[in-house]
Amino acid sequence: MGIISRGFGGRRRESVPGLPPGQYLTHDFPVLSAGPTPRIPLDRWSFTITTETGGKKSWNWSEFTALPHDDVTVDIHCVTKWSKLGTTWRGVSLDTLLADVETAADYTMVHSFGGYTTNVPLEDLLDGKAWIAYKFDGEDLEPEHGGPARMLVPHLYFWKSAKWVNGLEMINEDEPGFWEAAGYHIYGDPWLEQRYQGD
Amino acid sequence: MARAALSGRLTWRAGTLVEARPETPTARTLVLDVPDWPGHLPGQHVDVRLTAPDGYRAQRSYSIASAWQEGGKVELTIQRLDDGEVSPYLTDVLEVGDQIELRGPVGGWFVWREAQQHPVLLLAGGSGVVPLMAMVRARGIARAKQPFRMIYSARTPEDVLYREELPRHVRDDLGFDLFLNFTRKAPEGSPNPPKRIDVPTINTHGWPPDFTPDCYVCGPTTFVETAADILVALGHDPKRIRTERFGGTS
Repeated sequence: MGIISRGFGGRRRESVPGLPPGQYLTHDFPVLSAGPTPRIPLDRWSFTITTETGGKKSWNWSEFTALPHDDVTVDIHCVTKWSKLGTTWRGVSLDTLLADVETAADYTMVHSFGGYTTNVPLEDLLDGKAWIAYKFDGEDLEPEHGGPARMLVPHLYFWKSAKWVNGLEMINEDEPGFWEAAGYHIYGDPWLEQRYQGD
Repeated sequence: MARAALSGRLTWRAGTLVEARPETPTARTLVLDVPDWPGHLPGQHVDVRLTAPDGYRAQRSYSIASAWQEGGKVELTIQRLDDGEVSPYLTDVLEVGDQIELRGPVGGWFVWREAQQHPVLLLAGGSGVVPLMAMVRARGIARAKQPFRMIYSARTPEDVLYREELPRHVRDDLGFDLFLNFTRKAPEGSPNPPKRIDVPTINTHGWPPDFTPDCYVCGPTTFVETAADILVALGHDPKRIRTERFGGTS
């Protein structure tokens, strides 16, 4: 479509490599969530992996934070168009959490305190591509940013990095989570600009 | 309609500006004629895309302010952010007859459907009133009976969007109540001093949790965090509280 806006573009943002199409750079950390921020006491926190056959593996907070962790620096891309580059996190790799989990499923559903869900193919969580993060920028992760712990899957739009995670469920067939059922893309690759259903 | 609006690929459409209404010194409403617009639900938003003469492009999301009626227009109320890239163009430069590209409607969560039978509480902070206004307008057009209450927090009386229209809804739409809160400057002679939204305000002008209202909270992040926390503290079911935050999009 050839609509040109005369006089537009004089205030364009700095152009930087590393920005997917349609994104702009922000230095803040905007918050986006569907409802109130849950406050989860650490003594009530747990994270449970459930397999397609009903097998379960759980960690409480002290067990979880005793696992080997990674410090990672990644770019994050929100479907609402902002991107933030070079963010630093500490978290437990999904490779570590899934190491002893027997599954033949190809998909997962991420579950959060408060009922939020999001679907991610299992292979997108493996091989150093995803973490359960509990520190941001050297500090404990604040509740409005998903603390005590959130998913971090930086190669997908950031809604896939569910806040307040408490579980991961292996599923045989892909199904939409919360935002996916509300019109957002089932996979969400920012480089392919998969924002909405059908993109 | 919602289902139709959510299925298939969302394509870019050309919208022509047919009218522009100043709302405040820093906000204006764009009335856009968008041929073949599929309709929308109150609370949904659109993506707007602008292309510069050299091909540079920028996209932003904006809430839809109008309630959909067959053959109607798509209205966006844009708050100018001084350090913004897109909003100053839309508030200050775009002229009647000009075209922009739109894609939508988007979002199936922060919406009000007429089939919802519960009372509704709308909590607006600043330009967060825009999608909530679409709900008030939709209720008015449908002559819906669900009681609505809106608590709208603005900096000063001059910053209130839809300043003339909101009192008309209070007068004409049975069961719609409005409370205006001011954070920096209250109107002359007001008994309520300027203050941030707080527990007594929401307790007094909202619904009791026993009425199980559907709550919609929209505004800047700090407003939404505060208002949603207060609702939870007052005993509202977190699952009935829908939030939408305006953070840093310009």
